Amino acid sequence: MSKFVAKPAELAEAIASQASLLTGETPQTNWMETPAEFKPGNYCYSAKPEALNGLGLPHAREWDPAEADWKLPEDWMQRLHVGMKERLGKNRAFKLFMEICVRCGACADKCHFFLGTGDPKNMPVMRAELMRSIYRGEFTVAGKLLGQLGGARKFTEEVVKEWFMYYYQCTECRRCSVFCPYGIDTAEITMMARELLHLIGVNINWVLKPASDCNRTGNHLNLEPHAFVSALESICEDLEDITGIAIEPPINKKGAEVLFITPSADAFAVPGMYTMMGYLLLFKHIGLDYTISTYASEGGNFGLFTSSDVMKKLNGKMYHEAERLGVKWILGGECGHMWRVVHQYMSTMNGPAPFLEVPKNPITGTLFEHAKETKMVHIAEFTADLIHHHKLKLDPSRNDHRNVTFHDSCNTSRGMGLIEEPRYILNQVVNNFHEMPEDTIREKTFCCGSGSGLNTEEYMDIRMRGGFPRAAAARWAKKTHGSDLLAAICAIDRVALTASMNYWVPGMEVSGLHELVGNALIMDGEKNRDIDLREDDLERPTLGPMAEEED
Amino acid sequence: MKLLAPLVAVFALAALALGGAAAGQYYLLGVVIPYVAFALFLFGFSYKIYGWAKTPVPFNIPTTCGQQKALPWIKGNELEAPSSTLGVLGRMALEVLVFRSLFRNTKANLEPGPDLSYESDKSLWLFGLLFHWSFLLIFLRHYRFFLEPVPFFVGFLEKFDGLLQITLPTFYLTDALILLGISALFARRVISPKMRYISLAADYFPLMLIGAIALSGMGMRYLHKVDIALVKTHIQGLITFHPEAHVIGATFYVHLLLVSALAAYFPFSKLMHMGGVFFSPTRNLANDSRVNRHINPWNPQIKIRTYADYEADFKDKMKSAGIPLDAD
Repeated sequence: MSKFVAKPAELAEAIASQASLLTGETPQTNWMETPAEFKPGNYCYSAKPEALNGLGLPHAREWDPAEADWKLPEDWMQRLHVGMKERLGKNRAFKLFMEICVRCGACADKCHFFLGTGDPKNMPVMRAELMRSIYRGEFTVAGKLLGQLGGARKFTEEVVKEWFMYYYQCTECRRCSVFCPYGIDTAEITMMARELLHLIGVNINWVLKPASDCNRTGNHLNLEPHAFVSALESICEDLEDITGIAIEPPINKKGAEVLFITPSADAFAVPGMYTMMGYLLLFKHIGLDYTISTYASEGGNFGLFTSSDVMKKLNGKMYHEAERLGVKWILGGECGHMWRVVHQYMSTMNGPAPFLEVPKNPITGTLFEHAKETKMVHIAEFTADLIHHHKLKLDPSRNDHRNVTFHDSCNTSRGMGLIEEPRYILNQVVNNFHEMPEDTIREKTFCCGSGSGLNTEEYMDIRMRGGFPRAAAARWAKKTHGSDLLAAICAIDRVALTASMNYWVPGMEVSGLHELVGNALIMDGEKNRDIDLREDDLERPTLGPMAEEED
Repeated sequence: MKLLAPLVAVFALAALALGGAAAGQYYLLGVVIPYVAFALFLFGFSYKIYGWAKTPVPFNIPTTCGQQKALPWIKGNELEAPSSTLGVLGRMALEVLVFRSLFRNTKANLEPGPDLSYESDKSLWLFGLLFHWSFLLIFLRHYRFFLEPVPFFVGFLEKFDGLLQITLPTFYLTDALILLGISALFARRVISPKMRYISLAADYFPLMLIGAIALSGMGMRYLHKVDIALVKTHIQGLITFHPEAHVIGATFYVHLLLVSALAAYFPFSKLMHMGGVFFSPTRNLANDSRVNRHINPWNPQIKIRTYADYEADFKDKMKSAGIPLDAD
């Protein structure tokens, strides 16, 4: 158990017994007079100078959020003012969201961090006001004249500290923007705030190090090419032990039809590697002509949590590598924020990609017209298409030892609309699938609590609090339906939910969607399948020669 | 203070009008101030709209609240994740006309355990809708004073609005509903600890101001009746740029000054959500970014770490791992 969070029973008691706005108690102090307090568990470590230098970000230095002196540049206020002005002129969403909020409060109890902490500044409206109060004071006449009465306040170092705390206590999940009558999206404000804070060297290591590593090695996990390949090889060895199927994934292969890109966590860590096994089995099953790149070995993009420039820089590798390898189109693995970038930013930032073709499923002949500009298809769309055309031999009973519920990841549901595809697949590959409560799924899904680069050990208190709403819903599914496996289509989820389930809902394991697909696939020439991909016993072992019978 | 200051401001405005009328400042109250206020409104409103319109939308960022249109056999939700302009129009129409997003609103309850439960909460939607629609209908009814001949819809609205016929002159439903709406919106700001905590003076002021406008208008209609014909003559004079000072009941000048204050204040306040909602990129863009390339006018040139740079750095390791090299 982490030293950065209390024991589950203690935190449960703290949440249950809180007196906060969440429970209808008014805080002692006005928010403008409540400074941010940094305690172990409620802040992320500052970014190391190497990470900033690796990305060319300014004001690299050693500093500690828990200390009083943050060693800000002397002209910090000027830098932030200029940076804000520039962004107000470049981004309509930012300008608009500074000006039109009526503080109706519809968003207030929609944020998982507010539900887990009761901290008023975690109400999305309040989080935005942290920035708006400065906007009014710096850029509006009324704010300058009326001061606090006009909703403005002085720009002090305390504000910088508060921004750091609360814009890294937002996972850019966009749940609030679903409920806002004007679609005000706190993620946009958080993104701008993080960009602004980079101007004065205020940032966190857990976002910048992976981003910097990804730039250098091609993936967030800092796996150099040989290490990436050996990670895949070791997955394949396990996979052969379990299924009897030998797979050698083609690496950096020129002229392949499809370039497959997935989060690097799928190549390395548990439980993501089980999802990787699922992908590899699927590709083998259908005889796909594909390749995996070591250079573009990261689907995720921590640039999204850094700045639009870093996002573009990291994303640029996908098309660059697709062109070099001469593939026809790109297939993307299960990942939430990766798909926000691929779906909503990639073609704008790095397109067009005339060297690619409109994606066509070589097995079913389906032309994926919905991706005719980006030429990149989501694996759930691809697999759903295969199943719909009866191209997969599936035995869902191989997942009968599991009772599955499904977590929509924030970005694929609210930043893409990929909602039914994974459910269609689940219904074909498992027999026991039940939903969590209606207000916690689909477009109303709750963040895992650790998204947007906050999945770090020293932040455990806030992560477990932020993960509480999702965990409460999962616990409901466990109690009501007996669910014991939370499937997700997001690499951050697979790691973050594993931690929060262990903490809040012991007995609830976490998997990827394609792990379950992999379990269910009847492979030609497989051996007796008596264990699943994570080597747990099946309820009813199925005989390998089944495939031979069909031949 | 957040409550007191706007209250004082509204009373001060009303007192100013009463004092002005008593002092015979009819030209100032009836002509100068309305013109100045209207000019501020027009200028401010256009300035704000222009400011938003000229600011680029760098990225296509709709918040999808339903199924995307992707595979042909999975039905996309055109109103919640529109794939086309028509769908966007539908989505915006629902948002603007019937407050779609507020209709979704839920209330989260922290239960013992701890646990969380959610219940539908349509009160804000209902009172918001009552307020805004009443305001619109009342505004349209005022065309009786603005235009000659009176537009056809005014008679229709009046008939519909006065359906109850419980008083003389006919009581308008919208008069009651706007007061109900405002009172409820005000009450939740004061009663709910959450709302009280987040509310600014700028949230109370418009409610109080519009409330006072409604009350002064109703006062003129039901209590201290004013010479309607003269009001119309006065307004017509303003509209045709032949303004004249008229001696009309003081209530009228209170009403007019408060309306002028609202008009002048409008563009520089949160009330601009009226124009802003149409510009919101999370609502007014189609979820089609994999089909059509969205153009960012300031898309910067960013140097990426190319494959060649990468291979140069890792050549030996790649070679020994059997990874094909471009250099070979």
